[in-house]
Amino acid sequence: MRRTLVRAALAGALALTTACGGGTAAPSGDGPVTITMWTRAATQAQSERLVKAYNSGHRNQVRLTVIPTDNYQPRIAAAAGARQLPDVFASDVIFVPNYTAQGLYLDITDRIGALPFQAALAPSHMKLGTMDGRRYTVPHTLDLSVWFWNKDLYAKAGLDPERGPTTLKEFAEQAATVQRRLGKGGKVHGTFFGGNCGGCYVFTFWPSVWAAGGEVMNAEGTESLNDRPPMTDVFAVYRDLYATGVAGPAAKDEQGPTWTGFFPKGEIGVMPMPSTTLGSMPADLKIGVAPIAGPDGGASTFVGGDSIGISATSAHPDAAWEFLSWTLSDQAQVEIMAKNKDVVARTDLAANRYSAKDPRVVLINSLVGKGRTPYAPRFGQTFNDPQGPWLRVAREAVFGDPGQVTRLNAEITKSLRQ
Amino acid sequence: MTATLTGRPAAPAAAPPARRRRRRAVTGWLYAAPVAAVVGVLFVAPLVLVVWMSLNRWPLLGPAALNAPRNYLKVADDPLFLDAVAFTLKYTAIITVLLSALALGLALLVQDRRPGVGFFRTAFFLPGAVGFAAAALLFYGMLNNDFGPIDPMLRALGVTGEPVRWLGTPDMALFSTIALVLWRFAGFNMLILLTGLQAIPVEVYEAARSDGANRWQILTRITLPLLRPTLALMLILSVTGSLLAFDQFFILTNGGPDNSTVSMVMVVYRDAFFRFDLGGAAALSVVLLVALVALNTLQMRVLRRSR
Repeated sequence: MRRTLVRAALAGALALTTACGGGTAAPSGDGPVTITMWTRAATQAQSERLVKAYNSGHRNQVRLTVIPTDNYQPRIAAAAGARQLPDVFASDVIFVPNYTAQGLYLDITDRIGALPFQAALAPSHMKLGTMDGRRYTVPHTLDLSVWFWNKDLYAKAGLDPERGPTTLKEFAEQAATVQRRLGKGGKVHGTFFGGNCGGCYVFTFWPSVWAAGGEVMNAEGTESLNDRPPMTDVFAVYRDLYATGVAGPAAKDEQGPTWTGFFPKGEIGVMPMPSTTLGSMPADLKIGVAPIAGPDGGASTFVGGDSIGISATSAHPDAAWEFLSWTLSDQAQVEIMAKNKDVVARTDLAANRYSAKDPRVVLINSLVGKGRTPYAPRFGQTFNDPQGPWLRVAREAVFGDPGQVTRLNAEITKSLRQ
Repeated sequence: MTATLTGRPAAPAAAPPARRRRRRAVTGWLYAAPVAAVVGVLFVAPLVLVVWMSLNRWPLLGPAALNAPRNYLKVADDPLFLDAVAFTLKYTAIITVLLSALALGLALLVQDRRPGVGFFRTAFFLPGAVGFAAAALLFYGMLNNDFGPIDPMLRALGVTGEPVRWLGTPDMALFSTIALVLWRFAGFNMLILLTGLQAIPVEVYEAARSDGANRWQILTRITLPLLRPTLALMLILSVTGSLLAFDQFFILTNGGPDNSTVSMVMVVYRDAFFRFDLGGAAALSVVLLVALVALNTLQMRVLRRSR
């Protein structure tokens, strides 16, 4: 009774915060079923394409609700407390361990085991969707961090437009050259990054650490190693880029929603970007793509994106699985994901007829095996939360007093162990 | 229905006094029942549940486990919450003073009926018709250094030379939020004060003037003392609203820069929906509620005593 009342109260709270959508669809006997799905705005385009194609060829239907990325976690939490989760919901892959630990996803170990291509599913996504040997999620979208450079700006700045950076130091030199030669009007800048956005920092800075052979956390995700080289070396490079005006002045206050908006305007020389944006770049913008490197070389990437699973409270797990397994099929992966320059969720489809046409896509696909998706049960509250300890560390290191980093790093570890 | 029944001339003289009293009592309960039901469902039940949640470890799904008083002990250990308490008190003090002064000024400006005053009353009240979240987003857009119009306008007019980081430093972020709240709520508070001003009999002013009182004397000896109950209402609304501040900081500053504008309710929200610590968030809410009740009681006593 008590919990029923709590659920009613939380359902009320959810109703107040929910503009539309949500809830599991009503059962409809043996007839076609409409299942509900939630996804965050960051991967809206891919989800919409998949749902549209599925709905046009299946009796069962999927009703998709897209939720602003910043509000996605609170909405999932409120919906879970009120038992109003949709039938399937995607999640930023790094939040999956926490959701799984909270019991939000249904155990689909056997269903995944029956897939003929189960061994080829993106390994980092599968790792984070596994708890105590049981599997709860499958890859939905893959979003890798890579360096984009603007070939036209490089040519105007006297740089070789066909040769992007191969080390972080080269990245800084090339950005500085663009700034020096083209940045006098204040419109063009050498580089840019989300300086007030915890998620942006981990997505764009950490690959340089991995590329240099370093680690950012221990394997259990309970200890932060962000107060030592190579992380501090990476911080120093970006600190210098901001202090010398090579990075746009808005970088310091950029909270995340618009951090990828400057490159498509042709105003940035070279910067880390999400690979999913490649397909939506202006057609006339000539873009080079390079893997993110460490201070002296190497290559790595943050394998981000979304995983997707069936909610523990779904009334239609079979219909939900029919949809999820279809999204991983050859047809969906090649004809929908690869066709739109998205990274495929299966390693056995990395070389396909669409990726072969664009060497940049081949490069991005090849990074899936080299990159990492960091594991930590308390990832979101530590690294993504604007009030979390990581953002303070990164901002002190890049804009403030780097001497504070060691002390503040202990706060990260404390948060990871909560 | 009830009104129709009780409205009937029910031969009061014929009924014995005890029965009549009972019937009156039942009628009273019936009148109060709808409101009591609403208060019970929407206030008392959630309140009891929040207190119960605060005594438990409460996961998103699955059974709760009693862990009292751990959630309360954690409150004192949370530096973010303690900072938020200090910040929220500072914000409340600033907003209450500025909002009261501005609202009173506006109310005095438009209290007399004269040609065109309706236009100004409407103009001052109009921002109150904008949803608060929408107003915060509007300010976020206008103050944004990348695409907002305020900065280029100020630079074109020569008021500022360099871009002003409206939300980029702790002081400026607080200043921008205060500007938003004043813009949004000054008109509403003006309306409250206006009702109080218009309840003051004209004869009192006429008597004061005939006694030779000047404008300042009329304001301090007549207007403000007679306005005290209305001012008390406005102060309570302002203090309570400010202590529960959330939307403006959540949307406009997101608690930044560097956690300098984190309000108490933002910490509650963070604990519940980012850290999934529903028990801890409930404990913070209970603490906040107790503090608010204590403060409001104190405020009422002081204002009543000085009457």
